[in-house]
Amino acid sequence: MTILVIAEHDGKALAPATLNTVAAAAKIGGDINVLVAGQGVGAVAEAAGAIAGVAKVLVADNAAYAHQLPENVAPLVAELGKGYSHILAAATSNGKNILPRVAAQLDVDQISEIVSVESADTFKRPIYAGNAIATVQSTAPVKVITVRATGFDPVAAQGGSAVVEAVTAVHDAGTSSFVGEELAKSDRPELTAAKIVVSGGRGMQNGDNFKHLYALADKLGAAVGASRAAVDAGFVPNDMQVGQTGKIVAPQLYIAVGISGAIQHLAGMKDSKVIVAINKDEEAPIFQVADYGLVADLFEAVPELEKLV
Amino acid sequence: MKVLVAVKRVVDYNVKVRVKADNSGVDLANVKMSMNPFCEIAVEEAVRLKEKGVATEIVVVSIGPTTAQEQLRTALALGADRAILVESTEDLTSLAVAKLLKAVVDKEQPQLVILGKQAIDSDNNQTGQMLAALTGYGQGTFASKVEVAGDTVAVTREIDGGAQTVSLKLPAIVTTDLRLNEPRYASLPNIMKAKKKPLEVLTPDALGVSTASTNKTLKVEAPAARSAGIKVKSVAELVEKLKNEAKVI
Repeated sequence: MTILVIAEHDGKALAPATLNTVAAAAKIGGDINVLVAGQGVGAVAEAAGAIAGVAKVLVADNAAYAHQLPENVAPLVAELGKGYSHILAAATSNGKNILPRVAAQLDVDQISEIVSVESADTFKRPIYAGNAIATVQSTAPVKVITVRATGFDPVAAQGGSAVVEAVTAVHDAGTSSFVGEELAKSDRPELTAAKIVVSGGRGMQNGDNFKHLYALADKLGAAVGASRAAVDAGFVPNDMQVGQTGKIVAPQLYIAVGISGAIQHLAGMKDSKVIVAINKDEEAPIFQVADYGLVADLFEAVPELEKLV
Repeated sequence: MKVLVAVKRVVDYNVKVRVKADNSGVDLANVKMSMNPFCEIAVEEAVRLKEKGVATEIVVVSIGPTTAQEQLRTALALGADRAILVESTEDLTSLAVAKLLKAVVDKEQPQLVILGKQAIDSDNNQTGQMLAALTGYGQGTFASKVEVAGDTVAVTREIDGGAQTVSLKLPAIVTTDLRLNEPRYASLPNIMKAKKKPLEVLTPDALGVSTASTNKTLKVEAPAARSAGIKVKSVAELVEKLKNEAKVI
């Protein structure tokens, strides 16, 4: 068996989710190759080659693959992937965008967001917002799979010495073009990779009040997230949303502030190691999953917490 | 231009689902069923395009059991012009659904196909991308803004780090994210009118599509439950527990 892992990157740096995806590949077993598709991705390819356990890095460096437009990248992955037993990508917005297109081109069903590997052809994945776990077996000649990063501990970013090979195939469908992007800038750790996450919900009342969470987060070295209610109310941008349709996080410590605990929010954070809930409503469902619950006014509790940690 | 919208009948998002005792799936007997929330957003977007004069006809399609006609009637009440049900009682995979939708696209020749980004039952997030692959069209997934101009559509997408805008040649596939729009409610007169709108019923056989699958669900289990925690009385006690008991700060 040889497994092809699609590297997650922004053109400049390899994203940590790649390490979790390689970890899932290692559980399946067999040789692991990593594909880096993009433009000017030399540094990413170098980082991919250093990942522990990676045998070979394939680099498709071409203008057609800049911004990883799925119309161009999917045919490349499908063409290269034919010779592999498995194709894996992280269940990031990129992975979710590209991989189903690859699966359809290969005429196989995809298995989305696996959280465990049972055997080389059998995997577990959450359905119904994590309220049920399905065990799914694939009979496809090439198994196409996205990996939920929180289900797998990352492999070491260093220690590997993979062969790097250039891929010259160019697929340019000409059906799509990149116009622009607006990326949130933050000095705080990335939500999905942070050891501590502080999240706010509707109880924050407005966007300005998130400053209390930012102050606490900076003291803890934490990332800041939000519930869908807080995002829908316009308090904070959508890239901060934790939940079924937002980001899935599983930090060492998750502090939910003014969050009631809707099913779809719990789906995004209930695998956190320790959960703290601060809410003035003692009936809030978030307390049912919290290890430590504090029934208090968040506007008093959060500044006090910031002082004491 | 003609817009095709795909909708799925799923368990209502307010229902707390239970896994069946024999682990064969979740119990859907006597459970409230609704249109998938992302599909409602897809229907709303199509209706808005029609109100702006961009879309001339909205065809709504569902793949599912006879009862999915309820969701199609809802879409007709919201503003779709006619409906197609591809009737199947099987538990179809995303690829099978995408193949059936491809056959409908071949038949209807829409300029734009709008789908929800994922269904809240299977949580697959695959069908739109697969339909794009099968048709060879460009795809604008996880859309938060859709603007048609001439023979292209600009789609702003919700991505991990923020937002990205791509331009796609028409015909194209768009999948909706939560903040694309806020769906309206159907008015009673429109619900009455929807009963008279055309609804065509097809079968996978009639469309010449095989729905064979390479995936097999072996079992469905309830997730591991978190053990109940404790309530602390003060912030000081919380900090003490986090430092000395949980050892996470």
